[in-house]
Amino acid sequence: MTEEIIIAGFGGQGVLSMGKILAYSGIMQDQEVSWMPSYGPEMRGGTANVTVILSDERISSPILTHYDTAIILNQQSMDKFESSVKPGGILLYDPNGISHHPERTDINIFQVEANAEAAKLGLMKIFNMIVLGGYMKVKPIVKLENVIKGLKKSLPERYHHMIPDNEKAITTGMGIVKQIREV
Amino acid sequence: MEKELRLMKGNEAFAEAVIRAGADGYFGYPITPQSEVMEYLMAEKPEERTGMIVLQAESEVASINMLYGGAGCGKRVLTSSSSPGISLMQEGISYLAGAELPCLIMNAARGGPGLGTIQPGQADYFQSVKGGGHGDYRIIVIAPASVQEMYDSAKIGFDLAFKYRTPVLVLTDGATGQMMEKVYIGEQHPRLTEEEIKEKYPWATTGKSGGRERNIITSLDLDPYRHEKHNIKLQEKYKTIEENEVVYEEINIEDADFAIVAYGTTSRICQKTMQLAHEKGIKLGIFRLISLWPFPKKEIRELSKKVKGILCVEMSAGQMVEDVRLNSVDGAHIQHYGRMGGVIPSPTEIFDFFEKNYIKD
Repeated sequence: MTEEIIIAGFGGQGVLSMGKILAYSGIMQDQEVSWMPSYGPEMRGGTANVTVILSDERISSPILTHYDTAIILNQQSMDKFESSVKPGGILLYDPNGISHHPERTDINIFQVEANAEAAKLGLMKIFNMIVLGGYMKVKPIVKLENVIKGLKKSLPERYHHMIPDNEKAITTGMGIVKQIREV
Repeated sequence: MEKELRLMKGNEAFAEAVIRAGADGYFGYPITPQSEVMEYLMAEKPEERTGMIVLQAESEVASINMLYGGAGCGKRVLTSSSSPGISLMQEGISYLAGAELPCLIMNAARGGPGLGTIQPGQADYFQSVKGGGHGDYRIIVIAPASVQEMYDSAKIGFDLAFKYRTPVLVLTDGATGQMMEKVYIGEQHPRLTEEEIKEKYPWATTGKSGGRERNIITSLDLDPYRHEKHNIKLQEKYKTIEENEVVYEEINIEDADFAIVAYGTTSRICQKTMQLAHEKGIKLGIFRLISLWPFPKKEIRELSKKVKGILCVEMSAGQMVEDVRLNSVDGAHIQHYGRMGGVIPSPTEIFDFFEKNYIKD
């Protein structure tokens, strides 16, 4: 199994850290992982994206043009990456701030209203974890227990008290994700 | 002992690895895309772990000359930078090579020329393997292609540097430097004590203690005949390195009809290109250079006899391809594909070029 993912949005939305948590989770379940960020000047206040690959085999290219899954968190990223989802693949997005919704009919499209939900909970910091929950529901590759293990390993101990909030955010995301187009 | 597993950037893995390889000192000046090396070292405070010194110098020129001083005392010293910074160090590297001083230099290359861009590039190949500084000298150049290899390159690099008393360059690029992968962290090798340095490196300037001649570290000799002798000695050393230190990896080369030659980040990208070829029933293999200098001359010659065509892929206008052509048999079909200015080629565009130029009908 190899899963090739692009996560794209604004700098500050937690795009890179969400990718990092996915990569850590992959390690926790004995997979090969790679995490390749965009590190250009566009990161400062602009768009940010990261390519994450989880695989049972040695990973070849960490840089890709087509993805099994695209997780899209702003309009610029939708414009850039909608066409890069492999036919039959998954596009998961937060409709907040999206004016041109995806039009492809050969991919599975899901929405997760993570921004609205995070605002409702008054916890904007866990926005990305709600999105991650949505992803974990539609593509159950990483197990929740491994995500939690990954968080414990990647976060300094002084932040471990926030792990329950993150876990809650993931289960929330799993609950609110909805499919809007099926191949 | 079970090795510790971490998720790290290439730059961070290299920084942790130099501490564990028993380095005595790091001297550097920040530049994207390798600033994480010093950032990691500063945060990690290796002086509390092993006594290793980390110093931000006032410039790249100062850094490389601090290496000259440290290495002259037999210490394991290193610096890291990115393309424009490495250019500034070339005079110092020539001096280090001339004075036969061991040290480790890491270049997370970016697109050039000039200040260029902060995105990855491989256009420093000529500078790295043909001597960016003046004079008849060579340095060992190794090109890691994964975060684990970034880690491993620290100990390998130091060991080669001291084995041959030569600067060793780890040539990577912004992509492998910034990318995170899992990495197995090895054991902590202790720093050498002053006594151990005196014993292992009798050439080092450790303070004259009775009975021996003075050790002189210099690249200057005004007597041309004596200096020619020194040059001959250097050339003999380079020949020994060429005979013993060639490293490469062959991936599906055994029954290949065609081969891609690449190193570092592009060799990873080309592995995906290879998969695309295999899906179409084309026998494409990869010959990955690990040591850029010494160059695998004999192996490339054999490869050029064996396959119908070789495609060289680099993030440059075509530099390594010159060495591939030079060492191939006459009439071999060799082409170059590359992107410049910080653009990373995609596996599919490489495949499209390959298919168009190598697979007729």
